[in-house]
Amino acid sequence: MRTRPWVLLLALVPAAFLGYFFVYPLVTILYTGLVPNGQFATSAFAEIVTDPTMRSIAWFTLWQALLSTVLTVILGLPAAYIFARYRFPGRSLFRSLTLIPFVLPTLVVGVAFLAVLGPGSPFGVDLRGTIWAILIAHVFYNLAIVIRGVGVLWEQIDPHIEDAARSLGAGRWRVFREVTLPLLRPAILSSAALVFLFSFTSFGVILVLGDLHHTTLEVEIWRQATAFLRLDLASALAVLQLVGVTVILLIYGKTSRRTAGELPLRPPTEVARRPQTVGERLFITATLGMLGLIVVTPIVVLVARSLSTPTGLSLTHYANLFDPPRASAIFVSPLDAIGNTLRFAIPAVVIAAGIGLMAGVVIVSTRGRGGRIFDTVLMLPLGTSAVTIGFGFLVALDQPIDLRASLILIPIAHALVAIPFVIRSTVPVMESVQRRLREAAAVLGASPRQVWREVDLPLVSRALAVGALFAFAISIGEFGATSFIARPATATIPVAIFRLLGRPGTFGEAMAMAVLLMAITGIAAMGIESMRGSRSGGV
Amino acid sequence: MNRSLAGLLIAVIALVATGCSAGDTETEEIVLMTHGSFVVSDGVLEVFAEETGITVSVIQSADAGTMVSQAILTKDNPVADVLYGIDNTFLSRAIDEDLFLPHRAAAIDTVPESLRVQGDLVTPIDFGDVCLNLDPDRLESLGLESPDRLVDLADGAYRGTLVVEDPSTSSPGLAFLLATIATFGEDGTYPWQAYWRDLVTNDVRIVPGWDQAYYGEFSGGSGSGDRPIVVSYATSPVAEVYFGDLDAAPTTIVEDGCFRQVEYAGILNGTKAEATAGRLVDFLLEHTFQEDVPLSMFVFPANSDTSLPGVFVDHAVIPAGSILMDPAHIDENREQWLAEWATVVR
Repeated sequence: MRTRPWVLLLALVPAAFLGYFFVYPLVTILYTGLVPNGQFATSAFAEIVTDPTMRSIAWFTLWQALLSTVLTVILGLPAAYIFARYRFPGRSLFRSLTLIPFVLPTLVVGVAFLAVLGPGSPFGVDLRGTIWAILIAHVFYNLAIVIRGVGVLWEQIDPHIEDAARSLGAGRWRVFREVTLPLLRPAILSSAALVFLFSFTSFGVILVLGDLHHTTLEVEIWRQATAFLRLDLASALAVLQLVGVTVILLIYGKTSRRTAGELPLRPPTEVARRPQTVGERLFITATLGMLGLIVVTPIVVLVARSLSTPTGLSLTHYANLFDPPRASAIFVSPLDAIGNTLRFAIPAVVIAAGIGLMAGVVIVSTRGRGGRIFDTVLMLPLGTSAVTIGFGFLVALDQPIDLRASLILIPIAHALVAIPFVIRSTVPVMESVQRRLREAAAVLGASPRQVWREVDLPLVSRALAVGALFAFAISIGEFGATSFIARPATATIPVAIFRLLGRPGTFGEAMAMAVLLMAITGIAAMGIESMRGSRSGGV
Repeated sequence: MNRSLAGLLIAVIALVATGCSAGDTETEEIVLMTHGSFVVSDGVLEVFAEETGITVSVIQSADAGTMVSQAILTKDNPVADVLYGIDNTFLSRAIDEDLFLPHRAAAIDTVPESLRVQGDLVTPIDFGDVCLNLDPDRLESLGLESPDRLVDLADGAYRGTLVVEDPSTSSPGLAFLLATIATFGEDGTYPWQAYWRDLVTNDVRIVPGWDQAYYGEFSGGSGSGDRPIVVSYATSPVAEVYFGDLDAAPTTIVEDGCFRQVEYAGILNGTKAEATAGRLVDFLLEHTFQEDVPLSMFVFPANSDTSLPGVFVDHAVIPAGSILMDPAHIDENREQWLAEWATVVR
């Protein structure tokens, strides 16, 4: 391992970032909560263990997250497959649409779900207050993670491997199970881990669609900390949540390491082709139908709501946003809101992509326990309650420089959540980069730096683009951290939506603002898509 | 590799440096901490800057409960100088934690006695009432009279008509629970728990937040649901008129069982600018800010000399018998009441 010293040096940056903006605030707030007067609050843990409500919350948090993950993966795989392997009309539009749910504020999703799954449902079901509403919402939000996370590997796997297996007489299903699935395993597990963490710490969805019987640890931590001002109990629950997340991540780390092999990757332009048989066309149609039902229906409902006025369909709500007919400060100019949103999103993407990529290189270069621990710790922010991190910032970041009221904390908070996405989308690809390719380059006299720049980087950059897109989506849709230290003068689009939904009479304007958010997301997704397309030609 | 690493290190240092310079600006600054529903028109806080030469920087928390927890957590080194938006359901805890420095606001005599707090630890800035809102058209089509007392809703005739917010996740939800506790009492032949049992029998719908209740389940005004009775604010009909550009309110309120939420401002103990902070609290109670409050946040100004906008004069109702509960009593019992409520409705 000649590369060891620079790996350690490289590891310093993500380690310092995570240490200062995650571990240190987390330890400080837990210490504040659990050791209030110099004495450890064992009673808080006792309370959790003995209270049947708390036990059922913990249990519900775990099983709904597992079930949400399984459902999302099962429904996401066929979609990832058709986008990776086939060219068909509307492919890039459809793929861009799947990212939109990811940025929608939960309040807005609540509106759409009530329309689709409530009493007036076009499907004739009323799922309000049931576990199904929560599970469907988690699938709705997280499908994009599987579609893109698995897709980025799938579209680069050489189809000739599968063709070879088929020519030896194996059926389609058997090829998938015995050839494709093992090859995809690292990416599937990566995506599943992200979906699990999101569902495990679900907050907004639960607040909007849950009820008294369906509450997660995340919601309970918030309730204890803010409604009852019980910091000890909130901290004890946060510890429980952290332990759960760590155990799951360790299991994930063990399983994913076992299979990380090296694949012969190919530029995707050679992989995707037009569907040829009736079966293929049917499969694509059915998968798009499923996506339409889960992803597109709620989006269409929101667009319809933004256009509907007492006198019929019109653009009144949009016009009102740009030129409010009534003087009230609740209207934020959409251009200002977009500007504010981007002001946070761009630094967030830069930080997340830079640090995530560095961390990814370190993880790939460090086989064994060190790399695994590093990987696990970097994933933890995604599985930690937002209240805990937010409160941690407040108690920890006043020294040596008081950053607590600084706007820089907003993109930093967004980056904390986004870094795992950059890592999870780049690491499987980096691990699969053929060693042979690198060795060949080395034999031909290339320095390790040249190998990285000329061999790894082009392949990894596609995966990095996916990670960056998620970072962008996380930042523009994020509400918690933004509302936490936001100022009226820096209201982002989600903050503007929250305000418009806060009182009677401005519902349509809130929907119009949400449609603007969806449009920006769609445009960004399509933009990155076309960028990836043109660049991959040179790989 | 080393070069790109150095580049990143420089970038990180630059980022941290930007953070620093954003923190200590040249002009003097005072920090106002408030909740997520705080809204103010452009130019209002600038008046304060013109008068004093000091800029007001506003930081917002998601909700009032989060804001109070944050203030308590940082009381040794507060993030802000003034806290605004704490209401009577959280006031007692904040006072027990010694969060505020006393300050007698210049315009305090314009504030009705009932809203004020002993010892001037905090200054009332605005108030609003949480009341049942009705959709009279829908009630009529169901063949029902508009109820005029809370107890009417326990009547089987009103089955399936009411939607309320969960008091453990929603501030109007908590206000309504407190209103029922004040109205029916904690013991006696028909205590609040019995009333809630009847509401459950009558198929009350409980949703997590105000917007789901009003926009999602309520049939009146801009709601798109099918329930004609909702827990909302006394000013909701005014907002319907204002934003909908209507001549008359499409909804009405029930004046019985309204709960008054008073929002206060206070100087945070530990501020390094007590005098300026006091000046800002004074400003919040002066006309410039007070006149902006109704149409920005749809609450009433605490300063009774404030002239109200026309739509408030024509359409707003201030319920005469609105319930004002002692903050200490709320704080002592909140956790237990919520636990009891949860067992009743489960």
